[in-house]
Amino acid sequence: MSERLSKTALSKSEIAKLIADDIPQGAFVNLGIGQPTLVADHLDLERGVVLHTENGMLGMGRAAEDDEVDPDLINAGKIPVVETPGASYFHHADSFAMMRGGHLDVCVLGAFQVSVRGDLANWHTGAEDAIPAVGGAMDLAIGARDVFVMMTLFGKDGSSKLVEECTYPLTGVACVSRVYTDHGVFEITDDGVRVREAHGATVEELRERTGLDLLG
Amino acid sequence: MTDVLEGSDAADAAVADIPDGATVLIGGFGAAGQPIELIDALRRRGASDLTVVNNNAGNGDEGLAALLKAGQVRKMICSFPRQSDSWVFDDLYRSGRIELEVVPQGNLAERMRAAGAGIGAFFCPTGVGTPLTEGKEQRTIDGRDYVLEYPLRGDHALIKAHTADRMGNLVYRKTARNFGPVMATAATTTVAQVVDVVETGDLDPEVVVTPSIYVDRVVVT
Repeated sequence: MSERLSKTALSKSEIAKLIADDIPQGAFVNLGIGQPTLVADHLDLERGVVLHTENGMLGMGRAAEDDEVDPDLINAGKIPVVETPGASYFHHADSFAMMRGGHLDVCVLGAFQVSVRGDLANWHTGAEDAIPAVGGAMDLAIGARDVFVMMTLFGKDGSSKLVEECTYPLTGVACVSRVYTDHGVFEITDDGVRVREAHGATVEELRERTGLDLLG
Repeated sequence: MTDVLEGSDAADAAVADIPDGATVLIGGFGAAGQPIELIDALRRRGASDLTVVNNNAGNGDEGLAALLKAGQVRKMICSFPRQSDSWVFDDLYRSGRIELEVVPQGNLAERMRAAGAGIGAFFCPTGVGTPLTEGKEQRTIDGRDYVLEYPLRGDHALIKAHTADRMGNLVYRKTARNFGPVMATAATTTVAQVVDVVETGDLDPEVVVTPSIYVDRVVVT
């Protein structure tokens, strides 16, 4: 395990910063919707990372302010954004061909659960009265070369969201490569789940609370 | 030959032949690219028992949401119905008054692309091992698992572009392009509403996104 280790759990913003720092220079990246979009706030513009949004744009910029708001220029979360120099627009079939064709380097998604072999559950709780909505999650999960998950390690009821087997309906099979949480960063490897760094708990405590054979 | 319709009843005239039971592809991602005037005309026309294909299932109370509220839609085919402002659809769905087929967004686009391109079916990696592909034919190709997906055709496509010429060539604006170019190819009859129409020859052929062959009617709004 790396020496990076803090006594307190990380905030959402700190998790987002960790992810941003791990994104390679010049990478093409999709940040999904919701929490992962916080990663954009921590990307160093000089590293030339290009953001893709599923609704047909490369070179997506920050959220639009005041008179910059244009109803024809929105992100996947339907929030008005701005263009960056070198941006391009394309239709939906091209946009998803970029994902499914393996052209995106990284995507960052939220999750309800991730399994030790990298199965992802993030689109449906399986509750009977829930209206199923998948959007682009399944295409991103199997398409990007690296799928990073950003989530809290434990649910509101204290149960681990990193699990032996997902109990929620799957979004993708064995697709997640790394999980960033408030309590640490977990690498999904062929040998098992390796703790890259732990926060607010020791690796032994994390083994106990998750019930998993985590590799230190 | 593309008809260019202008004037106050242009939208109504453009959708006047959409019958009950039609499958209608409606462009837009949320409000961006949603052909509101054409949807309103379809609602006034009163065609019912419709199957509607759109990325979402209506926002707020206008456009697609109003068409749903009028009870004219039997089935929604979409990727992301549930949103903070999808109360019209949510109510219809929970009370069993509308059918829903949830399709991963990339499959929605690619199935229409296949329909427009004469592709009989395609193997796709999206959704393998998930509930959305249960019962579908699966094949392993070069070590990777794929699911067989079929084309999705429309009787009519209602889309929004920014500028047309009188031939029906279309140019879009920013992320309002989204599903428009794909839907235009996948329907028997394609109707495009545009903000602006220019004379034939005034659009740079290098920047035309949807060539006129796919466009039957242009409505200037």
